[in-house]
Amino acid sequence: MHYRRLLAIVVAAVLTVGVAAGCSSSKSSGGGGRGPITFVTGKDTSGVWPAIASQWNAAHPSEKVTVKQQSDQADQQHDDIVQHMQAKDPGYDIVTVDVIWTAEFAAKGWLEPLTGQYSLDTSPMLAGPVKAATYNGKLFAAPFASDGGLLYYRKDLVPTAPTTWSELISDCAKKTSGMNCYGGQFSQYEGLTCNAVESIYGAGGEVVKSDGKTPNVDTPQAAEGLNFLVNGFKQGYIAKEAITYQEEPSREAFQSGKLMFLRNWPYVYAHLTGDANSQVKDKFGVAPLPGLNGLGTSTLGGHSAAISVYSKHKATAYDFVKFIETPDIQDNQFLKVGTLAPVIKAPYSDASAIAKFPYLPTLEKSIDTAIPRPVSPFYPAITQSIETNVYQALQGSLSTEQALKNIQAGITKATDG
Amino acid sequence: MTAATGQLPEQVEGAGQDRERRRRRARASRGDSRLAWRLILPTIVLLVVVIGYPVVYAVVKSMQLDKADAGINPSTGFFEQGGKFVGLKYYRYWFNCNCPNGTNGHEFWPSVQTTLIFTVITVAFEVVLGTMMAMVMHRAFKGRAIVRAAILVPWAIPTAVTARLWEYMFQPHGVVNSVLGTNIIWTGSVWPARWTVMLGDIWKTTPFIALLVLAGLQVIPDELYESARVDGANALQRFTAITLPLVKPALLVAVLFRVLDVLRIFDLPYILTHGANQTTTLSILAVNELRSSQNAAAALSTITFVFIFLVAFVLVKVFSVNVVQTQARTVKA
Repeated sequence: MHYRRLLAIVVAAVLTVGVAAGCSSSKSSGGGGRGPITFVTGKDTSGVWPAIASQWNAAHPSEKVTVKQQSDQADQQHDDIVQHMQAKDPGYDIVTVDVIWTAEFAAKGWLEPLTGQYSLDTSPMLAGPVKAATYNGKLFAAPFASDGGLLYYRKDLVPTAPTTWSELISDCAKKTSGMNCYGGQFSQYEGLTCNAVESIYGAGGEVVKSDGKTPNVDTPQAAEGLNFLVNGFKQGYIAKEAITYQEEPSREAFQSGKLMFLRNWPYVYAHLTGDANSQVKDKFGVAPLPGLNGLGTSTLGGHSAAISVYSKHKATAYDFVKFIETPDIQDNQFLKVGTLAPVIKAPYSDASAIAKFPYLPTLEKSIDTAIPRPVSPFYPAITQSIETNVYQALQGSLSTEQALKNIQAGITKATDG
Repeated sequence: MTAATGQLPEQVEGAGQDRERRRRRARASRGDSRLAWRLILPTIVLLVVVIGYPVVYAVVKSMQLDKADAGINPSTGFFEQGGKFVGLKYYRYWFNCNCPNGTNGHEFWPSVQTTLIFTVITVAFEVVLGTMMAMVMHRAFKGRAIVRAAILVPWAIPTAVTARLWEYMFQPHGVVNSVLGTNIIWTGSVWPARWTVMLGDIWKTTPFIALLVLAGLQVIPDELYESARVDGANALQRFTAITLPLVKPALLVAVLFRVLDVLRIFDLPYILTHGANQTTTLSILAVNELRSSQNAAAALSTITFVFIFLVAFVLVKVFSVNVVQTQARTVKA
């Protein structure tokens, strides 16, 4: 039949194309050039980007920037970027890269190294964020906001913040009824990895050795650190419902006065002081994280702006990246509007800024002493191993020692490829 | 032929006319057939492009080494090129990983178990509840039109919205705990989390089964019930002797569709529980693997595809699900 033959030819052609496309290698395209750009970032919960974008657009009418907001969940932001990069999409000119994704995206060849014509002066910046954006000795992204873990506490009930975990637990005797003692982020997601590694660091343990690659988490110190969280659920100084907490639910618990101590990021400050429904407006203080025998260590968070290798307007993108590093934007937008942590050193020693945001010295110390999570192109598998095992340990279905053994094996397997 | 078979001359003439009629019918049907091909050709081309191409592409990719598994070049720090043919390496990885807890490879068999648990429990509930709802909708009563429209509302709401709503309701201080007077941390442990997904799914898709069963109920002629009532059959006997057998084809089609749907479910558990607490289904596992190794995910997708295909095949064969046969033929029988 005429049509059956035609159909057979069409089917064969399409399937051949499928096989050929599957087998072919891909070539990337480069391109300098100026023109309109798209800046991709996660959901702007701090409300800083509209003002930044309109400031740039007013000065550069022919090279306007469009801010594209992704989901508010880090995993979805990551997957969205991965999909567009795998499709070699030139529509994503600058992407916001969380510190933990820089190594992975750089190793996959998706980020334009900030050297040569795209080099960035990093001397005004804090050391930690710059190191986090460096992979294999080259800078691949421009940090624009940093992040360190902070302890928010009710200073009306506890005048001085605790410096050790045992002090924290005994301070909880002063809580009023209806309150819970300690809260953090314990749902099975990246936030749990942050809380878990902070506890491990706080007891003197480590996740990987100083070479950044070899796992070393199956140690007694790491177990003691992790037990601070595990015992919290067992003994009750962490509420059972906290197993579902992410950043926002834990903030809401503290903001409505139901939590004595909260471990969270600096962005929370703006909500606690500015939100209409905040029950703790003048009743809270900010302190460094406590540890086992003294002050603990936070994990380094933060976001950087990276230029996609598939962008067609890299010169404009580069100028925009430099723009958001200027003291004006860092100070007036990131700090004053969003209470995000600026990456340049200047605001932290500015007396007027400190007067308005008294937690700035604490935050600077937190960032300076922060230990990054393992910097590795295989980070997604590493964090999944940590999240899953720590979550099961917190639920009580896995012992702390077994969880750490599994994490050790998981990281080894991930980095072996 | 007449002498041999002993037929009368009129019958022979009748046979000749039959042959003529058959020839005319064949010519007409060839023309019909041509028209049929012309009409479905664009659809088939579209299906081949939209379905055939990705499936073939995925299978081809699943047998190539992924860039992420190709190792890192020690001097540049970049991943080496992938693409080398590796045969069934990724398939072996999924079936036989021996990976530590917390890795995707370790989660393959648990996800198969989770997917099957979801399938069996949700379809069982949906069939019972859906049939009950269909029986109610079938009766004539005041406001039946509103009930029929309202029953479709869960099905009409996008799954992402449903998932978020149920997530909100299942919070520790949320609606469900208030109404039930309990303090269960729904998304905090294995079976409560699984029940949140299953309840959300049952709520959303029972209307689908109800509608399909309702269509089946409406073809049953009332006379059958009348005569059964006259014969002295009570309600239960009428249900089991008349309704169930006659609605079986529609019901089995509904079951087949639901089983296939739940075997590949992704959106509801992903948004509600994010796959935590043993609610990771095969599709969620494939998407999780995409983060590390695209080609391993392609292999898992292919495994899922074959698995679902086999289940559908078994269902159709074992239960003689007549996807194409009309309802009328069943009723006539």
